[in-house]
Order: sequence, then C-alpha cells, then structure tokens
Amino acid sequence: MSRAATVLRLAALALLVTFLLTPASFAPLFAPLTQYGAPPIYDQGNLLTLALAQIATVCCATAASAVVAVGLGILVTRASGAQFLPLSRTLVNIGQTFPPVAVLAIAVPLVGFGLKPTLIALFCYGLLPIFENTISGLHGCPPAVIEAASGMGMSPTQRLLGVELPLAMPLILEGIRLSLVINVGTAAIGSTVGAKGLGEVIIAGLLSNNTAFILQGGLVTGLMAILLYEAMAAVERRLFRPALIE
Amino acid sequence: MISIDNLSKQYGSTTVVDRVSLDIERNSITVIVGTSGSGKSTLLRMINRLVEPSSGRVLIDGNDTAGEPAHLLRRRIGYAIQGNGLFPHRTVAENIATVPRLLGWDDTRLRARVLQLLTVFQLDPAEFAGKFPHQLSGGQQQRVGVARALAAEPAVLLMDEPFGALDPIIRAKAQDDLLDIQRRFATTIVLVTHDMDEAFRLGSRVAVMSRGRVLQYDRPAVLITRPADPFVSQMTGLADRAMRLLSLTTAGEAVIPGAAGGPVIAASASLRDALSELVWRGAESVAVVDADGAPLGRLTVAAILAHGRPG
Repeated sequence: MSRAATVLRLAALALLVTFLLTPASFAPLFAPLTQYGAPPIYDQGNLLTLALAQIATVCCATAASAVVAVGLGILVTRASGAQFLPLSRTLVNIGQTFPPVAVLAIAVPLVGFGLKPTLIALFCYGLLPIFENTISGLHGCPPAVIEAASGMGMSPTQRLLGVELPLAMPLILEGIRLSLVINVGTAAIGSTVGAKGLGEVIIAGLLSNNTAFILQGGLVTGLMAILLYEAMAAVERRLFRPALIE
Repeated sequence: MISIDNLSKQYGSTTVVDRVSLDIERNSITVIVGTSGSGKSTLLRMINRLVEPSSGRVLIDGNDTAGEPAHLLRRRIGYAIQGNGLFPHRTVAENIATVPRLLGWDDTRLRARVLQLLTVFQLDPAEFAGKFPHQLSGGQQQRVGVARALAAEPAVLLMDEPFGALDPIIRAKAQDDLLDIQRRFATTIVLVTHDMDEAFRLGSRVAVMSRGRVLQYDRPAVLITRPADPFVSQMTGLADRAMRLLSLTTAGEAVIPGAAGGPVIAASASLRDALSELVWRGAESVAVVDADGAPLGRLTVAAILAHGRPG
C-alpha cells in the first residue's frame, strides 16, 4: 500500500467527518450552487444522523444477505445440495437484475412504508456478489487439500469449518465488501418510501431545485461507500496477510 | 495385519477394482504398482474408506473397517498423498498437529510430538514450526506431509504417490528417509506408485495391478525371476532384469569369505553398485566392509553374477 494512497484515504475520512459534524462551516463552499437565497446546507434534519441511519440500514441488509448467500453457497457446494445450484443461481440473479426501485414498489403494499421495504430491496440486491464469491471460494480449494482433510479423519463439518471456509474466506469477504459498497449507494432510494437516509437530502434538493442539497447527499454517500470499501479491504489484508501471499 | 478380502469397486458398469485379495504384513512396506487407471489408488483409498467398496471387506487386526464411522477410522490410519495437500492457512506445526488435535491430545503431548517429528524429518523446529507451507521447498513440504500423516502414531500409513512431485535427487533422498522412518516407528506402510524402480527400492512385497486386478503379489526378486503374467515382466522390464535383481541384494548379504585388495565397498551397497565398481576399476574382486570400516570378506565378479540369474 503506497503512502500517498494512505494519506488520500485519511484526508477523505477527515473531510467526511468534519462535514458531518460541522456542516455549517462548509456553507460558503455550497452557497454559489443555490439560487434566490435558498439554504446552502441541508437544514431539515441532521446530516450525521441521516448518514448513520443509512449505514445502519445497509449493514443490516448486507448482514442478512451474507448469512443467506454464504449459507446457500455452502449448501450448493455440498454433494447433497449440488442439484440446487441452478435454482439458487437463478433466484440470486433475479435479486440482482430486478431493479431495487421495482422491489420497493412491490414491497410497500406488502409491508408498508419505512425501513422494511428498503431492507428487503437491499437484501435482494446484495445477494449475488456474496453468493458467487462463496461458490468460487469453496470450489477454488485445492482438491489435494480437501482430500487430505478427509483422509486425516475430519468430519464433513470439521472440514468445512476448519479448511474450506477459511480458505474461501478472502473471496467471501470480498463479495461482502462489494455488496456493502453497492448497497451504500443504492440505499439512498429508500428515502422514497420513508426510510431515513441521505436520499432525503437528494430528494429535498430535487424538489426545491437546490443543487447544493443534491450534491451534499451524493458526495456524502459516495465518500461513505469509498471509505467503507477501503476500511474492509484493510481489515482483510491484515487478516490474511500471512497465509495467502503466494 | 491388513487383510483385503475379495474387494471390488464398481462405478456404474465399470469395474475399477476387481475381486482383490491381499494380506499385508505388519511392520513392512508393501507397494502397489500399476499403470494409471489400474485401480491402485482406488484400492488404497478403500483401505481408509475414502472410497467405499462395492463388495468385499478390509480387516485391520481382524476388525472389519466397515464397523465404525469412516472419519474415526481415518484418524487411526496415516494418509500422505502426492502434492502433500498441506493446509495453506495453517503453519507447519499446526499442519502436523491436525490428527492429534482431532483425537483430543493434550497440549503437552501434542507439542512434544510435533517437536519430535520436526526433528526426525530434519526440519529445525525453531525455523520451521511457524512457517506456512508456501514458504517451504517441495522436498520440505513433502516431509511435512509425511510427518503430519504420522503425527498420531498410526499403526498403518497409506501413501498415494507420495514422491510423485519431487525431482529425482530429492526423491531418492525421500525414499531413503522413508525406509528409516519405517524402521524407526515400526509402521505398516502401504504405498502406491507407478514407478517400478520406486516399488523395488521400497517394497518388501510388491503387488502388480492391471485393470483392477492384482496380477502378482510377491517379493521383488520373485516378480523378476518368476513373473506370473507377461504384463508383470513388461512392468519389471525384461532387458535389465538381471541388473534389477542385482540391485535387490546387498553386498553384505552376498559376501564370501576371504581377503581382497584393491577397491572397497560398503556392506549396505547393492550388488549392482559392487559390479559397477568392479567394471569401472577393471578389478576381479572387491573387499566388503561394514559401516565402521571393518572387513567382512570379499566379492568376486563370478559371485556377483551368480546372484543375477534366476534360481
């Protein structure tokens, strides 16, 4: 990891934190984007609260995606579950190709407005990367290693937990990371059905023709996505540095 | 000690192992040799039930191996394979500790055993215990693979082409080491290979397999002098069978009384080496000495050649 990149990441983090804690201090920067004396900084709610709410929503949804997708990935890579691979893949693919907006439209009549439809949409949208990476990771375990594990007398569960999952873990985490990042951006649409998040800021900007609001909502969301991605990547590097450098 | 009784394996209509019966002696190395597709690996893997037999039985010390869960059976049987299958995310010490951990050994005993094995396999514990497999050379990985297979002191060790991935020089060293290890731990070893030289070098008894059947199961010398099947002679090689036969007897076994000047050869050297030495030196006889250099007697060209003929 280069020094310059680290500095850049820390600078981005500092910028994000400062903006969320003291948005008013950025008012002069955003003022040129407003017309007719409209407020340059979002004033209908606390930006920090909205940002944290969005992160929380995404983390919940991605955690649920991870549990289901990893579980499904494990199931279809067992001999007994291999026949479910095509079906599972189709379902997960639908989750990804079906637009989250459409999922919201379907979910709202069923579960009402608010957080729930957003969680459902994000959950569906986040399955594919985790599922596919879990399968690649588990299929990618060297056959000799699997054979040795069985030959040593590990039970199927011991083999899965002690050998296969640890070896697949870098890919699985990469899938979770991708899913998380995609969903940080996607979560903004949850505001259209009343979930708390930075989408509120963007929508308010669109409604009042206030470019400053739109930019704030967008920039904060984007920065959060990038920083989350980098943070997870750093954790992964630390966890798997010794064993997997070939 | 291992009794293979009328063992068969079919996949659909294909018979991979066909009614094989073998009695494997305790405390010896038995080699199963054959071309690829001969069923030798399948036969080996039926002993620890990585492959479940279609019919027939395997008895170890009189107990039917089908009588207990497969993974418990495997913890009592060492298993080493080509490419060693070391766990890449575990250190050398953790790899070796795999089976003892599964068996629930306490830490003191476990640590002592790992240290002992590292030392026996010439891997300095201070240097190697904490390394990961990818940091080792091929030969070192192979040794760790065998050490891991022996960790829980199994009475039986199964080896599937364990030296297949090694270059010839390291392989010869690994074969010598295996002979030492076998004597040291008094393990019963069953080894599968396609390499006849390896089979002759290691095996006290050799089973030649072809198309799922064992064509002949006997001491190496008998395979050469009295092949039961044309395929066996083809495997052992007709052109150099006399030389192979010479390589199976040591100078110490063939020594005749008397003193000789000139070249000297160790009692542990094969007659093939002794003959080569005589040819090279243009001598008629060679003195045989033991490991300490004390004279045991001599060997003449005629005495050596007599060992290269059947009967």
